[in-house]
Amino acid sequence: MTELNATPDVAAGRLKTEEYADNFSDLHPLLEPHEAYVEADRCYFCYDAPCVQACPTSIDIPLFIRQISTGNEIGSARTIFDQNILGGMCARVCPTETLCEQVCVREVAEGKPVKIGQLQRYATDHFMNARDKTPFERAPSTGKKVAVVGAGPAGLSCAHRVAVHGHDVTLFDARPKLGGLNEYGIASYKSVDDFAAREVDFILSIGGITVETGKRLGEGLDLAELRATYDAVFLGIGLSGVNSLGLEGEDKDNVIDAVDYISDLRQSQDLGTLPVGRNIVVIGGGMTAVDIAVQTKLLGADEVTIAYRRGQERMNASEYEQHLAQTSGVRILTWAQPHAIKGENGHVSAIELERTAETEDGKLAGTGEIVTLPADMVFKAVGQTLVQSDLNGTVAPITVERGRIVVSDERQTSLPDVWAGGDCVLGGEDLTVAAVEDGKVAAESINRALSA
Amino acid sequence: MADLRNTFVGIKSPNPFWLASAPPTDKAYNVVRAFEAGWGGVVWKTLGDGDPVVNVNGPRYGAIHGKDRQLLGLNNIELITDRPLEVNLREIKQVKRDWKDRALVVSLMVPCEEENWKTILKQVEDTEADGVELNFGCPHGMSERGMGSAVGQVPEYIEMVTRWCKQHSRMPVIVKLTPNITDIRKPAQAAHAGGADAVSLINTINSIVGVDLDAMAPTPTIDGKGAHGGYCGPAVKPIALNMVAEIARDPATHGLPISAIGGITTWRDAAEFMALGAGNAQVCTAAMTYGFKIVEEMIEGLSDWMDKSGYSSIDEFVGRAVPNCSDWQHLNLNYIAKAKIDQDLCIKCGRCHIACEDTSHQAITNMVDGARHFEVIDEECVGCNLCVNVCPVEDCITMEAMNPGTIDPRTKKVVEPTYANWTTHPNNPMSVREAAE
Repeated sequence: MTELNATPDVAAGRLKTEEYADNFSDLHPLLEPHEAYVEADRCYFCYDAPCVQACPTSIDIPLFIRQISTGNEIGSARTIFDQNILGGMCARVCPTETLCEQVCVREVAEGKPVKIGQLQRYATDHFMNARDKTPFERAPSTGKKVAVVGAGPAGLSCAHRVAVHGHDVTLFDARPKLGGLNEYGIASYKSVDDFAAREVDFILSIGGITVETGKRLGEGLDLAELRATYDAVFLGIGLSGVNSLGLEGEDKDNVIDAVDYISDLRQSQDLGTLPVGRNIVVIGGGMTAVDIAVQTKLLGADEVTIAYRRGQERMNASEYEQHLAQTSGVRILTWAQPHAIKGENGHVSAIELERTAETEDGKLAGTGEIVTLPADMVFKAVGQTLVQSDLNGTVAPITVERGRIVVSDERQTSLPDVWAGGDCVLGGEDLTVAAVEDGKVAAESINRALSA
Repeated sequence: MADLRNTFVGIKSPNPFWLASAPPTDKAYNVVRAFEAGWGGVVWKTLGDGDPVVNVNGPRYGAIHGKDRQLLGLNNIELITDRPLEVNLREIKQVKRDWKDRALVVSLMVPCEEENWKTILKQVEDTEADGVELNFGCPHGMSERGMGSAVGQVPEYIEMVTRWCKQHSRMPVIVKLTPNITDIRKPAQAAHAGGADAVSLINTINSIVGVDLDAMAPTPTIDGKGAHGGYCGPAVKPIALNMVAEIARDPATHGLPISAIGGITTWRDAAEFMALGAGNAQVCTAAMTYGFKIVEEMIEGLSDWMDKSGYSSIDEFVGRAVPNCSDWQHLNLNYIAKAKIDQDLCIKCGRCHIACEDTSHQAITNMVDGARHFEVIDEECVGCNLCVNVCPVEDCITMEAMNPGTIDPRTKKVVEPTYANWTTHPNNPMSVREAAE
């Protein structure tokens, strides 16, 4: 019986070259001009529009859509960038179905919201194809210096806005490329043609931003030193730790952190070289779980199962993402938690899942019933954590609660000259757009502090 | 099924839908296709005399578009037929011979000389066409040569030419009026005085549809220049409706048959014109937009509506709305209506609020108890209907008449059951009052 799994069925090149290209093409291709005009005409130009209130960055959506409908795409994009300099990426990755489009009066009226996300992409793509600089004009240099740690959405947003105000920014990132999750985390089919890198160039075009890559906080980059050297510090360091399942056998080959695999996938120049299992089990219920499940399926895996310990309505992945998984052929198995990892010759061969149920007091409990799924690969997508040791080195420690940095409404930490935003702060929504807002709000607060 | 057969100034057609004199009726090929499609009649594109006119060789049309490029208004600078007169006459004769049950009227435009009219009328009579329509309407090109609207803008010329036509022809004469005048009743009265059997209106409206901001020239642009053209299509319908009603209401022309033209696109448009006194309906832009097949919808739609409304023939509803066309001074000032928003239908777009707040009477809320909520404030509502018009949801906002005897929250006065208009209002310095003694 062991012969079948004597070697794991993990192989690269399961598909033809053109199939990779097709599978990883743009999820929502750019609207054609006429499509955009027709869609823009559907907007009612609501007063005190619910979509604006639902947008974490408060983009004036009715105005930018009206500008599209009058043929002023550049002005439309300017309206978007005014509030959200990463409007291009947000147009691709925002779960609009739970933000602006959920509250669109047309969604309420007829179940068909205006395609705000796709219109936003239409405008921002138009701008970024036509112009190579951000629409902002940089203020004269103030001579003040600001360190921005982490070049993900929060850091990029903050760096840009701080630079607009004339301060000099040094933007640090641990990885060789800027962009954070935009570059290393988001599913490929949401950001094709190297968009994340192009957007970084667009943001840096404001000027006044010095980039230092290969610098990780806690490894040669010390918060106390940054505070001593710079007038203000912004931390957009994300969550670099990965939760483990806490199971025996977790160290077996092909039991992988989903974020690592996605990062490899995003950086791969040839998807045909990426090994993928035939039978795959993903543990988790968030966007990362869906991203890894869908993408391994697109890489040619046969059976991909997302195992989630509660009901589908409790999954953090949006309903749209769940449908995307299911229509991509991914099975979502609910009420099942990991119990044990089985392996042979040092690699995983199956996973045992225990059926779960909610007790009367709403707690989750295993029922004792075990389901065994064959697995050549098991992906862990059970959340990331703030590596608090990275923050060490400061004399006065930053206040951290529930594993996240505590910030004020202005995104100021307990240290008066340190601000923070994005996934690393408490109360965050794990959304790109929320990170962008954090960076923007923090930048304005930093500017006020430095101008005082 | 309702009887759609129509007799207009003695001209019979199986239905009241005619194609107006325009490009769709320029030659036998098109007209035969129209008859095959079911059109009740056509007015053949305007014939002239002498050498045929020439048209521009660049764009002849320009347009105004609505959502999804819906064509709302069409502008043209095409002239009368540019084909030889004898070719047209030969084709008219043949088509009439082949389609005896359809109306075939010939549009004419020749210089204001009696001999010219006499000659061409004789030629048309020989084709056995059913009647003539005098084109006193074209606002571009021909008007620069003293024809078309240049005639239609001078009532004396209308009367003179109409009289010649009645004198030199046994055919019914329909006078086509230009809307490019101040008071449509004057040319209609002139046509009537000249003995016209009917008037048809409206011809196209002087217009420039747009400006090319790169070329800095009106569109459509011909080698860098543009000229005003004639505007038609759905956008002109309200103007045409009013002009038809004006003539139908005018005691001087009351009863004069009217052939309605102006943005008629559906059976409903046609029925509206007929309710205002038109005896039939002429169509052009809708056919030029969608092709001849639309007449099927018009025939069936009108028939179904007549069945539903209990009309067995067209004559039963022609002119039925004319008595209700009033003047402002005779509207009942004691009638008080308030807007009412159906909260179940409201989608909370807020357009009613902002329209009322910014541009009218501050009579609609936008926030109630901290939530977006749109409700009419009766104390402020003057019943203007703007909210109804800007609301994107049909029937969500309605105007509700207040019952007599109740108190209008805005004026704090009792709603009077009686009728009272401006002519008797105390604020009117000209009001008719009872003698003091």
